[in-house]
Amino acid sequence: MTLLVRFRPRGGLSLWLGAVLVAALIAAAAVSLVWTPYPPTAIDIPHRLAAPSAAHWFGTDNLGRDVASEILAGSRISILVGVVAVGIGLGFGIVLGLIAAFSKGLVEDGIMKLSDFVFAFPALLSAIMLTSTFGPGVVNAIVAIGVYNVPIIAKLTRATANGVLSREYALAARAAGRGPIAIAVDHVLPNIAPALIVQATIQFAIAILAEAALSYLGLGAQPPQTSWGKLLADAQNVLYNAPRLALYPGVAIALSVLGLNLLGDGLRDALDPKLKARS
Amino acid sequence: MLLEVAELAVDLMTPGGSRRVVDRTSFSLDEGESLGVVGESGSGKTMTALALMGLTPEGARVSGSIRFEGRELIGLSEEAMQQLRGDRIAMIFQEPMTALNPLHKVGAQVAEPLVLHRGLTERDARGRAVDLLERVRLTEPERAARSYPFALSGGERQRAMIAMAIGCSPRLIIADEPTTALDVTVQARILTLIDGLRSESKMAILLVSHDLAVIAGHCDRVIVMYAGVIMESGPVEVVLHQPRNPYTLALLEARPRPGAPRGARLKTIPGAPPAAQEHSVGCPFAGRCALTVDRCWTTPPPEVGFGANHVSRCHRAGEVGFGR
Amino acid sequence: MLLYLGQRVALFVATLLFASLVVFAVMQILPGDAAQTMLGPTATPEAVAALSHKLGLDLPAPIRYAHWIWGALHGDLGLSYAYGSPIGPLIASSLAVSAPLALMAMALAAIIGLVAGVYAADRRGRAGDAMVMGFSQIGIAVPNFWLAILLVLVFAVTLRLVPAGGFPGWHDPARAIAALILPAIALGVVQAAIVTRVTRSAVIEALNEDFMRTARAKGVSRRAALWRHALPNALTPILTIMGLQFANLIAGAIVVENVFVLPGLGRLLLQSISNRDTLVVENGVMLLAVIVIGLNFVVDVACAAIDPRLRASAA
Repeated sequence: MTLLVRFRPRGGLSLWLGAVLVAALIAAAAVSLVWTPYPPTAIDIPHRLAAPSAAHWFGTDNLGRDVASEILAGSRISILVGVVAVGIGLGFGIVLGLIAAFSKGLVEDGIMKLSDFVFAFPALLSAIMLTSTFGPGVVNAIVAIGVYNVPIIAKLTRATANGVLSREYALAARAAGRGPIAIAVDHVLPNIAPALIVQATIQFAIAILAEAALSYLGLGAQPPQTSWGKLLADAQNVLYNAPRLALYPGVAIALSVLGLNLLGDGLRDALDPKLKARS
Repeated sequence: MLLEVAELAVDLMTPGGSRRVVDRTSFSLDEGESLGVVGESGSGKTMTALALMGLTPEGARVSGSIRFEGRELIGLSEEAMQQLRGDRIAMIFQEPMTALNPLHKVGAQVAEPLVLHRGLTERDARGRAVDLLERVRLTEPERAARSYPFALSGGERQRAMIAMAIGCSPRLIIADEPTTALDVTVQARILTLIDGLRSESKMAILLVSHDLAVIAGHCDRVIVMYAGVIMESGPVEVVLHQPRNPYTLALLEARPRPGAPRGARLKTIPGAPPAAQEHSVGCPFAGRCALTVDRCWTTPPPEVGFGANHVSRCHRAGEVGFGR
Repeated sequence: MLLYLGQRVALFVATLLFASLVVFAVMQILPGDAAQTMLGPTATPEAVAALSHKLGLDLPAPIRYAHWIWGALHGDLGLSYAYGSPIGPLIASSLAVSAPLALMAMALAAIIGLVAGVYAADRRGRAGDAMVMGFSQIGIAVPNFWLAILLVLVFAVTLRLVPAGGFPGWHDPARAIAALILPAIALGVVQAAIVTRVTRSAVIEALNEDFMRTARAKGVSRRAALWRHALPNALTPILTIMGLQFANLIAGAIVVENVFVLPGLGRLLLQSISNRDTLVVENGVMLLAVIVIGLNFVVDVACAAIDPRLRASAA
């Protein structure tokens, strides 16, 4: 414990606290893959709406399922959605951003206008439309959320890449005849990596929130998959009988998102102290 | 005596500890006098000026004594200082481009001290503002008053800043590098303007600059600062023509000289000013100084007088200037 | 100013047109035959074709688009497939719930955010700042629908101060507002957290500018300098971000209206999407786009009113 207390990297409290919370989230998901106190979908009507006890740490829900197990299992979906959605955003976003930065002119303007446009539409609304039309489920939810990450990453990539490209070493590389792909890999990517990492953690947090909202509306993960959003919807149905059921999934979501945001802030401070002076 | 500064020291709090940027300086200024403060960047001259206004950055500790019109300023309440600022003591800053609020009209900004300190209504104050803008020789003062800062040139903005400063007829004006950011031709005109205003209204001026020519042309007396310490002080002609301090001498010799043979190397002062955390026991100029001896490192140099209020802080003050 | 305004209006109209094209295009791409949906899976192909023809669904796309825009400009938005009633009044009555809700939430967010942000910037690096930033982190992390549920739990179920859901209609304004308070809080808190952070950083930047030192040198007090000199300079980025955030506010409203069973635009859209009520969705989404784009237009004009340099750059 002393070792943890002394660990104070440049990011300070944010980084430390964020890392702990995110680690807990990952650990919960990892553990739930091999073990949960009870199978999360095991129905046990005689013991429904039980209060927390030694047998059921968080009690049971309206069908007798163990809440602690459900919470643990729900972390898997959150991480899955976050990772893939952010992955889509990074994958397409970086490529589009680099194309915009290198091409300049109409191509750049076009990509940026398109990005601005995607911003104007509420992300959740489009996600709802997509999942309602193509069917609910994790995959569609991931795609819908992922699509919204693309313009954010693209804009960030383009802005940072432009900054890098205008610096001397990039100009020198161009003068030496190196192709754009080589310049991108050797010079641009390493320099935009810190900003992208920070943005990625923030987008991860947003993805978790979006997935929770979709599942709450019944458009995300479907049974037998467990999702925190869906747990909240179930809890709402029995709000008068067992209000405590609304607490656990909400706290889980909030802590995960909080952890990721803190991690992002801490990473930003750690990777570029100059920015800290401005924020 | 309008202003008496004794043992003024300013310590800045940095992540690595406290750093003394103004080291027990003492000087005075009489009504209508003009005192120049000259030194390189980092010499503490700007911080001295800010200390007089009570505008040192957060976390700075100011100690010593600043007596203005017989009143001790250090330790004075913030409210009392606010009443003095802009009214009895005014300040002009270096960057006219950024020193004015871009969202307020120029006339309103010039009028602000009048509203604050003289209780004028906004409308009356704005009328006075136009008069002030005329007094600082702005062509079309009404148009300037109605304009926003971005519409004025650098020289015009600096004139507006001066108008802002003289509005309440202060007894003392502190000018921190007022012309450094301006074109050379504009510089001369601004300085002439300041001289004119001074003789009109008997204001005292504290002129901070790194430019010896500016000081030479527009000040009665001068203090030369280095690393927060006053190395030499005295009447301007005496100090600049017969310096008794190796640093002053080095500054004078480092100026490019018209008429010097082509290809002649510019004289520079070897080395660099002391780094942030170093606080030497002896003379701050030791090592860079051509006359350095062992004493210079170990003992703070004494103040040596040369008549007519001409003082030099140097172990070998008497030897300076010989063999030039 | 006029030139700037003119440019902005032109841009506004152009963006609206573009938005309408995109909305229309997307709706055409999405699968689901409206006529089929309305008649159900057991309908004969002839019946479907007949209804399609009657609704004008078999006309070419550009003509349908033109019909739509023309009708919209005249207030005729067509008929809802699910309800069979005119869409215009349907959307209008849902807006009567959502618009006040959004405004209340935004007002709450603006007031809390500006005050907290200025406070944090003023006490930067000290305990007050850390406290405000801590709260704002929590505010951002909490899902708005969870906050809504908690609010219902505390204020409606336990304390019985306000209704847990539903909307009584505007004929009783007091009860109507009471029904919107909890939802507005649920929506507004997240936005307040974001506005707080933006305000704080914008004000800190303004405080570091040279003109702040000039103001202090004139004898302006710290407090007066903060509100009269720093804040106006910070407003442009703050307003811009608030405008951009409005779209997220609307998205949040969709879910929050669900929690409180409010017959607002969000709920209407949700139901229409699952009903495959294409026209309603089309017009609803377009309306949202109009609101968002319109709001950003207003923000642009407001920023120009504050900052004279923006007005001049149009020339």
